[in-house]
Formats: sequence, C-alpha cells, structure tokens
Amino acid sequence: MPRKKDRVLGEAQDGTDWAGLMVQVRDRQDRAAFAALFRHFAPRVKAFLMKSGAQASLAEECAQEVMATLWQKAHLFDPARASVATWVFTIARNKRIDALRKARRAEPEELDWGPEPEPDQAEAMEAQEETDRLGRAMAALPEKQRRLIERAYFGDLSHSEIAAETGLPLGTIKSRIRLALDKLRHHMT
Amino acid sequence: MTIRHHLSEQLLMGYAAGQLPEAFNLIVATHVSLCDECRARLAALEAVGGALLEEIEEIEMGEAALEAALARIDGLPQATQRAPLKAAGILPAPLADYVGGDLSAVRWKRIGGGVKQAILPTGRDASARLLYIPGGVAVPDHGHRGTELTLVLQGAFADQNDRFGPGDIEIADEDVEHTPVAMAGEACICLAVTDAPLRFRGIIPRLAQPLFRI
Repeated sequence: MPRKKDRVLGEAQDGTDWAGLMVQVRDRQDRAAFAALFRHFAPRVKAFLMKSGAQASLAEECAQEVMATLWQKAHLFDPARASVATWVFTIARNKRIDALRKARRAEPEELDWGPEPEPDQAEAMEAQEETDRLGRAMAALPEKQRRLIERAYFGDLSHSEIAAETGLPLGTIKSRIRLALDKLRHHMT
Repeated sequence: MTIRHHLSEQLLMGYAAGQLPEAFNLIVATHVSLCDECRARLAALEAVGGALLEEIEEIEMGEAALEAALARIDGLPQATQRAPLKAAGILPAPLADYVGGDLSAVRWKRIGGGVKQAILPTGRDASARLLYIPGGVAVPDHGHRGTELTLVLQGAFADQNDRFGPGDIEIADEDVEHTPVAMAGEACICLAVTDAPLRFRGIIPRLAQPLFRI
C-alpha cells in the first residue's frame, strides 16, 4: 500500500473521481465503488482517529462505522457543497466525538435543497479541486504552522491545551493558527 | 433576518475540528442554522479538515477489513429520504432537539424581575440555558470568569456597546462587564452558554447564585 511518505507532500492526487464514485454508491448501491472509497479513506480515518488518541482496535472499529455511515447516508452527500474527503472528515469527526467523548452532539439544520437537486459536474469538480488546492497550500505552509493546524484538527486538544503541551504562549499559538488559516484562505473559493 | 454579530473564527474552527464542549457545540450549530455566512465559513474550515485527511499518513486497516465492511453494508438499508431537519418554530432544529420541542415545551423557572431561565442538559465542562427577559428589563449585571456566548432567538437586547437582534451572537470574555437590557416590546429570548459559572456583582444575587445555577 503506498504510504504518504513515498510521494511528495501535497502532490496532486491521482485524479480519481471520488465524487463520481460516491454518486454511484448513492444512486446504484454500487459495491465496487464503495470498495474503492473504502480502500482510500478507511486507512486515513483510522490514522485520524489514532492521532486523536484512540487505540488501534477502537480506531479500526470506528473507521468501519464511518465507512458504513458513508454508505447509509450517501443520499446526504452533495458534491457541490463538499469534496468526498471533506465529507468523510466530518463523519469521522462526529464519530470521534460520539465514541471518544460520549457527549451529545448538535448539528446545524440541513439547508433547503434548491429547485435544481442535481448539481452540475463543474460544481462537483470545484469542491474536489478546492481540497486538492488546500492540500498543496497546507504542504507549502511553514512547518511550525502546519503542525499546529494538524494538532488543532487531529490532536483532540484545545488551543490552551496545545499551549500547555508545547510550552508556547497561547497568543503565539493563536496568531500562528490565524496566519496559517489566512494563507489557506487564499486557496479557497 | 439580518445578522450583524457572527461567530469567531476560533469557535468555528473548534466546531469544525470537533473540539468544543457540548454546550458550545450546541450554540454554534444553532447559530449556523440561522446564518448562511457562518455556514459558508464553517464549510471552508471543514474543507481544511478534508485536505488534512487527504494528506494524512495512512494506517493500514486489518486484513479482512474490506470484506467485513462489505458484509456490514449488506445488512444496512440506505436511507433515501433527506431528513427534514428544518424546524418550523422559533427554535432552530438543534436547539429544539435539546428542548424536546419548540418554545412551548421549555420548562421555565422564574429567577426574579420577570426573568426566566431553563437550563439545558449538557456536559459539565460548559453550561447552556435559555433566558427569557421581558421587554425593557435588565439582566443582572455580571462579570465573567470564562467565555460567555449569547445568541438571540427572539426580540433584542442592548448593552453599553451594541445592539443584538435575532440570530446575533454576543461573545463576551472575562474582561467584559456589561448590563444587557432587553429592548422594549417583545420579550427577548436567548440561548446563553458559558464555560464558567457567572458571578454577579451585587451581594444578593451572589448569594442566590448557587440556587439558580447561573
């Protein structure tokens, strides 16, 4: 299995049309499309959960549940609003809250769906490209900023906990994260 | 609804990353339900999470993981209906979910001066409550030990600095000491969330504080 360290960080993805595969899962219950999505995303979800402090066995079980949710809730996937990676990230994040913190979790209301239920291909491409651009922008961040963003998203630590652990003043943490987000924002639509 | 006071980047990022206490999660989800601008900002911060997930050094799944997953989805019906998560009343869906209905389902407790509150069940690391303040009535002056967020659901309030109407969120940290007053007219109903118990300035409210759990 290719590991990230084998390729250049931030290198463009292999061009697989993940959104197209999701649509096949959604509209045709396509198991082959699901298998392709599983092979790509399950090991990433597992890594994400382990970075958040889960043991390997719990992370494996939760990654299974995240992928099952992806199958079950395929009808909620809107390729115009988010790339598959972003959608999987939000499912995995929710699973982490549910499994590791055992807290109740409020979600925003669903948006009303417009008169045109099916977004066009260009919009779907746009969401995927945004994720790719963000990945490259992330790779281009100074090491210190990128690590803080990773910690903030993956580490299950609040900013003040990061401050306590790294010994950096809270103000420094906040300004580095802000700086990093400002740079990333240039690459968002 | 014209919303002028929005969520901070730190709160949106905390929600996107799944790092907020339960009560803060609730107020962010409620505001985002009302505010398209914050919904878009949140989506952008979630896209950062997506890009990080794409770049993460993956950890291989167990040997038979894919077979297990395929067996698992065999037994899973795919939902086909988009969940109608849109609330019909005053309370946006995530809040109505905590209350167990719309405003009529709120179990208010009087705390004096016509002001009522209802504490919502959340994790202990932060607390959430609904406040009902009759028009023209002041909320007792209080300072903050932590962060307090106040989201207006109906009516409006103003303090020394600004006015807050439906959908607006006030973010007050420890330095703020203010006296919010509900605008004349319709009662002001807010969702207030804090990560520390409030402390009132006057001796009587301070004595009463443990009883009222403010």
